Amino acid sequence: MKLRSLAGALAATVVLPFGLAQATDLEVTHWWTSGGEAAAVAELAKAFDATGNKWVDGAIAGSGGTARPIMISRITGGDPMGATQFNHGRQAEELVEAGLMRDLTDVATRENWKEIVKPASLLDSCTIEGKIYCAPVNIHSWQWLWLSNAAFKQAGVPVPKNWDEFVAAGPALEKAGIIPLAVGGQPWQAAGAFDVLMVAIAGKDVFEQVFAKKDEEVAAGPEIAKVFKAADDARRLSKGTNVQDWNQATNLVITGKAGGQIMGDWAQGEFQVAGQKAGVDYTCLPGLGVNEVISTGGDAFYFPLLEDEEKSKAQEVLASTLLNPKTQVAFNLKKGSLPVRGDVDLATANDCMKKGLEILAKGNVIQGTDQLLSADSQKQKEDLFSEFFANPSMTPEDAQKRFAEIIAAAD
Amino acid sequence: MTALTRGSGRPNQWLRNLNAKIASIPMILTAVVIFLGGTIWTVVYSFTNSKLLPRLSFVGLDQYERLWAAPRWIISIQNLAVYGFFSLVFSLVIGFVLAALMDQKIRFENTFRTIMLYPFALSFIVTGLVWQWLLNPQFGIQSIVRSLGWTSFSFDPLYDADIVIYGILIAALWQGTGLVMCLMLAGLRGIDEDIWKAARVDGIPMWKTYVLIIIPMMRGVFITTLVIIASGIVKVYDLVVAQTSGGPGIASEVPAKYVYDYMFQAQNLGQGFAASTMMLITVAIIIVPWAYLEFGGGRKRG
Repeated sequence: MKLRSLAGALAATVVLPFGLAQATDLEVTHWWTSGGEAAAVAELAKAFDATGNKWVDGAIAGSGGTARPIMISRITGGDPMGATQFNHGRQAEELVEAGLMRDLTDVATRENWKEIVKPASLLDSCTIEGKIYCAPVNIHSWQWLWLSNAAFKQAGVPVPKNWDEFVAAGPALEKAGIIPLAVGGQPWQAAGAFDVLMVAIAGKDVFEQVFAKKDEEVAAGPEIAKVFKAADDARRLSKGTNVQDWNQATNLVITGKAGGQIMGDWAQGEFQVAGQKAGVDYTCLPGLGVNEVISTGGDAFYFPLLEDEEKSKAQEVLASTLLNPKTQVAFNLKKGSLPVRGDVDLATANDCMKKGLEILAKGNVIQGTDQLLSADSQKQKEDLFSEFFANPSMTPEDAQKRFAEIIAAAD
Repeated sequence: MTALTRGSGRPNQWLRNLNAKIASIPMILTAVVIFLGGTIWTVVYSFTNSKLLPRLSFVGLDQYERLWAAPRWIISIQNLAVYGFFSLVFSLVIGFVLAALMDQKIRFENTFRTIMLYPFALSFIVTGLVWQWLLNPQFGIQSIVRSLGWTSFSFDPLYDADIVIYGILIAALWQGTGLVMCLMLAGLRGIDEDIWKAARVDGIPMWKTYVLIIIPMMRGVFITTLVIIASGIVKVYDLVVAQTSGGPGIASEVPAKYVYDYMFQAQNLGQGFAASTMMLITVAIIIVPWAYLEFGGGRKRG
């Protein structure tokens, strides 16, 4: 409700351009509900309302795991919304194959998305059998370690520069009554943290062999064993984090109750809402400071096939608005993510975003696990890692064996 | 008696009570098409590799093999067994004791009854949230006891993987026993006063009267209660979601949650259907023979 009235208020301040007097309501569903996310989505609504249409906000709380089933059942049940967020990749694959989604190839060719969207893998993830079905809006990378400078000061140790120093600083933090590593209880957080450790410790090649080629021998091998060793450390350091949501865990870092958190760059939006400054109040280590590689998953908007012509037209307008350079800058600055086009000016970006842009420019990128694995394999991985992080009696060896089985069965 | 009326052999037996039969057609259709049809559809599709959308490509028993190899499913079954056993025993015992106490012609009985039944009016989600807060070590029971001076007191069942299911059980009992009590009370009220008088004349102690006379007489009420509790056990889902969402880790997962998560979050309908078919079979194994003895065999007893 609050969000809706916010979007309404923003809409009221926008002067409608002439020519496009006919307003069409378009319901847009998404799961952006934390403080930073809501601020970012309001930017999208503002830009869309400026085109003379009306953004009807359909925020669904409780993160993707809760929101996606609702969205999918609305689409398959014959009550589609105007547009909906998914992580681009394989989440909407079957909806597209069933012919429930709208083909955006016309808009994409007209606006030359092939040229402007960087890296190209983003648009590849939207492409099924040569047709484009989604509009990417941002690049989110998982590979970040967020550190509270205040917590390390209180513990009397310097702010770590990489994962090993962080592990070494663990006992000092614990002594000062600070949880070294905040890991929330939602299963995807533990699974995501493991993927980050894998890129940082085993490197890009191993990551690709396991998740892209689904090589179970590598998954059972010594390189991954090292990663499980590190995950074992992370599990020990995360003991005592009794919170569920990721933003509650981030809040522990913001308030100095926890030393750090492995979380995607969307955490940055929370730091900004709390008024903290990168480099002064908090420190970010891309690739855990070990291996500066970032993944280029992210969010995209999909457009269900609608019969109403007015709404179909409005969908096209929304698709082109989302990739508009101005919208891209306004949205991504608030969200803490990176824009999908390389030609926009991000002079106002903060320290951490600049680090991310540099890595992106160098081309040290990998695909996100959402792009590589099906939702089914992702869920099995989540089950495994949420058990692993909560159950100290599960040995890294056992966990690795099960991990290799999941990879072997993945399609 | 029954045999007599039935065996009268009148050819127009189907036409008796025609109005009533016509009136029940919609309900019969609903039962056959929705319940039975839906069940068969689910079982059939559990042998396919349906992902996000159902499709008929059969893979034999693959989904079931994967299901029984999944540690999360095994834990779910174990949790359901523990939760089911204790919630059955405790809600019956506590419910009956409360009803017996309430039956002693106490003052303010109405008030007590309302208080006891009140939790039942709340949804499982609300109950779950209330108990999530009560059992939270930072601001629940543990922190209150600690603030009273007992600083080493520790009570955080929802954050201990070994006992988390009992934390859920507490909330379930808090909500469910009131209803059991009311059913039992109704049963007790149905017992003839003369039985009590006769027992008193014979000098039988009160507890013995309850155990040996009253409870056997309340057989019908017990069976109704049993069915209500048992169906509540198998479908437990919202309480777990509200209290722990399956955590810590996967320690408080239950079968219904596995079904939901795999059908919708993992976009693997086949796996979810296989799990729900297993739930159906479990229920059938327990309920069918018992229901047959109880209701099907009833005529012989009469």
